[in-house]
Amino acid sequence: MVSMDTTPEVWARYTPRERLQRFAVFLVTMVAIVWALTSIDVIWPWVFDAPQQMVDLFGRMVPPDVSNLPSILWILLETVNIATIATAVAVFVSLPVAYIAAQNTTPNAATLWLGRFILVSSRSVNTIIWALLFVAIFGPGIVAGIVAIMFRSIGFIGKLLGEAIEEIDRRPVEALEATGASRFKVIVYAIVPQVMPTFWAVAILRWDINLRESTVLGLVGAGGIGIILQGAIDTFNWPEAATVLLSILSLVVLGEVVSAWLRKRII
Amino acid sequence: MSAATDSSPQKWPDSWRRPPLIANPILRYGLITAVTTYLVWACFMLPVDWQRVSQGFARAARIFNGAFPPSFVRSGLLIDGFLESLKIAILATVGGVLLSIPIAFMAAKNLSPKPIYFLGRALIIIARSFHPVIVAIIFVKAVGFGPLAGVLTLIVYSVGFVAKMLAEKIEEIDWGQVEAMRSVGAGYVSTLIYSVFPQIMPRQIGLSIYQLDSNLRASAVVGIVGAGGIGSTLANAFGRYDYDFALAITIVIVAVILLSEAVSGQIRKRIW
Amino acid sequence: MLKISQLVKRYGNGAPVLKGLDLEVPGDSIVAIIGASGAGKSTLLRCINRLVEPSSGTIELNGLKLTDLKGAGLRAARRRIGMIFQGFNLVDRLTVMENVQSGRLGYLPTWRAVLRRYQKEDIRRAYELMERVGIAHYANKRADELSGGERQRVGVVRALMQEPEILLADEPTASLDPKTSEQIMELLRSLSRELSLPVLINIHNVAEAKLYTDRIVGMRFGRIIFDAEPKALDKAAMDEIYAGVPAEERGEVDNVMPLKVRNA
Repeated sequence: MVSMDTTPEVWARYTPRERLQRFAVFLVTMVAIVWALTSIDVIWPWVFDAPQQMVDLFGRMVPPDVSNLPSILWILLETVNIATIATAVAVFVSLPVAYIAAQNTTPNAATLWLGRFILVSSRSVNTIIWALLFVAIFGPGIVAGIVAIMFRSIGFIGKLLGEAIEEIDRRPVEALEATGASRFKVIVYAIVPQVMPTFWAVAILRWDINLRESTVLGLVGAGGIGIILQGAIDTFNWPEAATVLLSILSLVVLGEVVSAWLRKRII
Repeated sequence: MSAATDSSPQKWPDSWRRPPLIANPILRYGLITAVTTYLVWACFMLPVDWQRVSQGFARAARIFNGAFPPSFVRSGLLIDGFLESLKIAILATVGGVLLSIPIAFMAAKNLSPKPIYFLGRALIIIARSFHPVIVAIIFVKAVGFGPLAGVLTLIVYSVGFVAKMLAEKIEEIDWGQVEAMRSVGAGYVSTLIYSVFPQIMPRQIGLSIYQLDSNLRASAVVGIVGAGGIGSTLANAFGRYDYDFALAITIVIVAVILLSEAVSGQIRKRIW
Repeated sequence: MLKISQLVKRYGNGAPVLKGLDLEVPGDSIVAIIGASGAGKSTLLRCINRLVEPSSGTIELNGLKLTDLKGAGLRAARRRIGMIFQGFNLVDRLTVMENVQSGRLGYLPTWRAVLRRYQKEDIRRAYELMERVGIAHYANKRADELSGGERQRVGVVRALMQEPEILLADEPTASLDPKTSEQIMELLRSLSRELSLPVLINIHNVAEAKLYTDRIVGMRFGRIIFDAEPKALDKAAMDEIYAGVPAEERGEVDNVMPLKVRNA
């Protein structure tokens, strides 16, 4: 820093130590970028060609072919059903998980770790990877998709709900324990009402996310609009692919509007 | 209990119902019926091949038998896949963050004229609405299989998030500093550099680290449709019924994700 | 009759908070417990209904040894002990009626509790008690829409719904303004008389304690060092109870005017 008795002739924003640190971070970042650039397995002429390819591709999408629109919309509805059913089931399953994963309500250390293990394994594996697994188990189709989305959602909802349980006001719980109420009644009267707003917010948020995720399940064979998209792309039917993409875009935007509205109404 | 009863004995009812959330009974029961009907209908409409599903448990048992113990024999392939994912994530973060700066300025209400603002917003909405896997299959078709499609996909993915957050931050900046720069006669670019950039820089660095973390996660996924990285390795293992290798890959993915989450959380805590 | 003998409470390995405490509360008297913060007043009250687990000693309520109980037996005993809290401890997002009925939770079958199908006599009793304390018209309001004094009245009714044999009040007026806090003290005293209910009140406002209670117990460092009727609490006794505590924190302000001094 600037000492009081000498007036420095150069002004510097950072101390030498800070400058050294910043330089080190900058250097590491640069080395990482250069390493990635030089060793990544790409054919550079393709990179420079990519914009042209993209323009070509989008050129082939115009005008979108709407002749299959009714069946596309029907499968789009099915996609919404996948997201809704999976969210509804996941919400119920995640309640006990959140209960045992919250430090203040879990019965003992073993259940706490069990709860945390469920949350971490559910959250760290992406929906698509879950879908790969469940397609292998249940065969291609909607069941695999629903179960995959459910498995991923349990961790998400359970984690946020568990945190909400950990943040509740302890005092009403104490008061109801003092009336001689059983553990279950204390949960119903003192914990549930406090967690309700978070519960709805998280359920709506996850439904919104699941809507997006359910649009890609079809690409690994787990049902929904993705199957049609994959089919159109594989047969180079770009005008139809464009229609599917536009309908997905409208579905997602609509889902966002609906969930924003629900959030405002309920909470 | 005598004292409490001496005022009008039958003034209060002896039944009580919790006031309903929706006061209008027609609306309330209508809504309940509609939601129930929809859920029942949705469940019945699902085309489910129950015979195939009923074989699920036997298959699950076979898969888990095949998966245990996880096999790290081909760890060379595993490491290569991961390094590729890491490279994809780094390049996509750099590209995405750089690209999101101009888009964020376009999409900031307080800095852009109306048409440019709408263009910026539209770009962000499109980038956000499509799941990276969908973006990935399109890029795979356009530029071929491999990490390039992965990088391009995750650039789009990064723009959707970073540009949105950044635009919000720009809209919140302290306008006084901008006016101060203008009042000393600074040009447009130096106004940006001296009054807007310093205000959004810390946020941008935090966002970049967060995005690197989420790109690493996403790169595991986009690989499944052919966009390179560990996801491709995993999809191949699954396709060849190498469940023990697939489990090994999954375990490593989970470990890396947890690690990267912890590291990025630590770094952001220090910066913010 | 509440009988506490040789009660000791220590947290972890620290010095005990309660050091072999003896206290008897006979019949329907209203007793104030005063003392500086940290004297152990709150711990003493919570040991009685076992919200805090005593380290040793015994507590008896009308012949039932509370300190021996576990599980269902303890819950059945807690039904007989009403408690009122400093922070009211209501469930904000539930209606006043649900908060009041939660005092019956110990008696109610689980399905009735979950579905809010309260028994007729409980509802009648709830309205009567709410009318008695002046909150009956709020039955359908959410608890967080009420003012502090009204919330504490809900707390009082919740405790009375338990049909308690004793009422414990932990600083019931500390979160209220002076006028409201006198109303609540007045209410506690008259309820104690009407229902012939012994009431044990932790309180730091000594003036209120003197005005509204029959007996004052002074605590210091986990022991009872004063136990007599209010008028015996003189300057010397006060100094002993609150030694080292600045006068303004003793709540010794003597200009508190009772709203209506009945039966005084």
